[in-house]
Amino acid sequence: MPLEQTVEGKTIAMVEQSASPTTAKGLERRFERRWRLGEKFIEGWIFLAGVIAIAVLLGIVVLLLREGLPIFSDTPPWEFFFGTKWYPVSAPPSFGTMSFFVATLWVTIVATAIAVPIGVGCAAYLAEVAPSRVRETVKPAIELLAGIPSVVMGFIGLLLLSPLVQSMFNLATGLCGLTAGIMLSLMSLPIIVSVSEDALCAVPDEFRQAAFALGATKWEVVRHVSIPAALSGIAAAIMLGVGRAIGETMTVLMVAGGALAVPISPTEPMMPMTAAIASGIGNAVRGGLQYQALFAIGLLLFSMTLAVNLIADRVLERQKRKFAR
Amino acid sequence: MSTQSGLSRRLSQRTAFGLLFVATIIVVFPVLFIVSQIIINGVGTISWEFLTQPPSQAGKAGGIFPAIVGTFYLMLGMLIFSLPIGVLAGIYLAEYAPSNRLTRLINLAIMNLAGVPSIVYGLFGLGIFVLALNFGMSLLAASLTLACQALAMTITTSREAILAVPGEYREGSLAVGATKWQTVRHVVLPQARPGIITGAVLAMSRAAGETAPILVVGAAFLLPGLPKSPFDQFMALPYHLYTVAAHVPGMPEGTMWGVASVLLVVVLSFDVLATIMRLRARRRRV
Amino acid sequence: MKVNSVLSNNKTAQHNEAKLRTERVNLYYGAFQALRNITLDVPERAITAVIGPSGCGKSSFLRIFNRMNDLIPGAKVEGQVKLDGIPIYENSIDVVEVRKRVGMVFQKPNPFPMSVFENVAFGPRRHGRNNRVELGDIVERSLRQAALWHEVEGKLEQSALALSGGQQQRLCIARVLAVEPEVILMDEPCSALDPVATLKIEDLMRRLAEDYTIVVVTHNMLCWLTT
Repeated sequence: MPLEQTVEGKTIAMVEQSASPTTAKGLERRFERRWRLGEKFIEGWIFLAGVIAIAVLLGIVVLLLREGLPIFSDTPPWEFFFGTKWYPVSAPPSFGTMSFFVATLWVTIVATAIAVPIGVGCAAYLAEVAPSRVRETVKPAIELLAGIPSVVMGFIGLLLLSPLVQSMFNLATGLCGLTAGIMLSLMSLPIIVSVSEDALCAVPDEFRQAAFALGATKWEVVRHVSIPAALSGIAAAIMLGVGRAIGETMTVLMVAGGALAVPISPTEPMMPMTAAIASGIGNAVRGGLQYQALFAIGLLLFSMTLAVNLIADRVLERQKRKFAR
Repeated sequence: MSTQSGLSRRLSQRTAFGLLFVATIIVVFPVLFIVSQIIINGVGTISWEFLTQPPSQAGKAGGIFPAIVGTFYLMLGMLIFSLPIGVLAGIYLAEYAPSNRLTRLINLAIMNLAGVPSIVYGLFGLGIFVLALNFGMSLLAASLTLACQALAMTITTSREAILAVPGEYREGSLAVGATKWQTVRHVVLPQARPGIITGAVLAMSRAAGETAPILVVGAAFLLPGLPKSPFDQFMALPYHLYTVAAHVPGMPEGTMWGVASVLLVVVLSFDVLATIMRLRARRRRV
Repeated sequence: MKVNSVLSNNKTAQHNEAKLRTERVNLYYGAFQALRNITLDVPERAITAVIGPSGCGKSSFLRIFNRMNDLIPGAKVEGQVKLDGIPIYENSIDVVEVRKRVGMVFQKPNPFPMSVFENVAFGPRRHGRNNRVELGDIVERSLRQAALWHEVEGKLEQSALALSGGQQQRLCIARVLAVEPEVILMDEPCSALDPVATLKIEDLMRRLAEDYTIVVVTHNMLCWLTT
């Protein structure tokens, strides 16, 4: 292919024109900093948006503190966190939130006990064993599960699962911590599966190949190489699943039973913290003691989920750095 | 390695993988069961009247039209309040924020804010929009509350979509004398647009399905008419489902399944749309 | 790092006053010093080659001329860098204007994911030229100067990413030429290309040196020893 002819007649002239400077002063003026107002205007808006986002963040924390902390001047923290009597409308009212905390604990334990072995097992299957066609079918199904709104889960739990639990365990009502825990496990599964699977896939293949070359079976590789290497990522996945279970509202509101006594077994009806807030806030007098107490529970919830998420983040960061190439 | 004989090692593997496969089935089965149950049981109730008529007889008869409209208004309001701010804030964090400790803290805070329980957002909306700003229990307050919840996700999605644009394009643009904003607007944003829009669609799906925040902030069960101003109360599909399932004695089951199916279809169509968009973007990049 | 200036055959460039000049320039990335006390002149309308071992700071040196180091957090330039006698690291200087006059071609071709036409028209558009006819002329002129016109003529709307590596690099050169710079910086422009494409681009550079000041970072010492 013939190389291009150099510049034609007219283009030489154009180049020469642009390359001939005027005086040095003229050049300097051309280099002077332009104001570029249009640019500054847009950048101002962008910065403002950043500020607003941060303001919302802070706003949540500030509001929770402002509306919730006052309760501690009426009810000492010891009584608030460890008392078991929640009588917001009696005279005098009493605000002990232990039963809510224990209820959250119960449903989270049930949900985690079910979701972790199944979720991690499924993740291991998808990441290490499944042929790609199976993966292509299962992954969308998991995303589908993640997309089901919590009120729909609560609805299914209410209509389909609770009669089953009631008859299976011979209970007075199927609306109990166990039913809630089972539905919550379904909601934690997608995040546990996806984060664990990511962790397993991030384990460099060289590790596996070294083990195969030593004569290990595939299962031995998964069990002794892949899973231990991905362990911190799997731990983070579990934490994120726990965070999800702690923060879920509608499912437990509809299915956990709503009883105020401190639950001793998961088959009792109970009221986790999220449900306590949701059901109580409608009746609470604005600014009154019950209102403050509910905000304080919200503050506790916020801190718990924030702590869990922060730890999970940290763990994931560390795992990423471990295998960074 | 194990000192078992080859046969028993293979048996262990068979058992182990069998269990893992069972785990996978257990994950997949409930989804399919739930979705199919809802569709099967709900499809009988769905009719033109159901979708276009307001409820009658305390919700036991008639339709759910106002709830559909209310959900639509909520999604719209949420988009209007959260999308521009979310995208611009994402641009700020990805392109303009100085890379110092403060910015890293902000990014961390935003990612964790996405994990805050929805009832806490409800409390926030109550305290700020309903009470402090005196919007009352209204469509406006609820949209703003949902927008705050979506903000964290929108910012994160936009930021990640922008960061994914290769640096070579930015360098090429700056090296021909374009300004930073020109580079962002004409090179970076067009590349990031699919990711940003996918994030917005996912946010809409979430807004359609969230109940806890609107429960606290303005949703009502039976209203005489459609909301005529942003300061009116409103009906919404998820709240409607919650109420008919748990709080109305004598509610015919068919109605409950019907509401559940409509809600599921709305939410899932946005999810499916987002997935299609994500797959198309991936194919185009290759 | 060795800097060797090769004058073009164009004898009209008699008084080769320094187009670019550095005076005692130090470049720091945070605490790390990448360039130490560099003082040199880059003559006008000539090819100046910068040669040296990997990691000695050649790319960093190149980037001080169009202030691309500004993009790296923690980068600091001490000393004077002058374009046509004007120091370009003053606060009163418009960086965008400097980059218009000092263009850059990168090691790995980086065309935008747009059509060939839009790639070349990108610079002029940003500088305010919107007339479709005017842009058409500019695009054609630049593609001719970059020895790419005959290969893309009539196919200007096709995606730039569909071109071969060598064509993409010539497209990037055309993109720079479209804003009518005075200096073209080239950072190992041929290292990602096959030998045939490399020859074409080196030939192109020799012709461009008749009108532009070219500073090139290169590993290919053979070509510069024989010229």
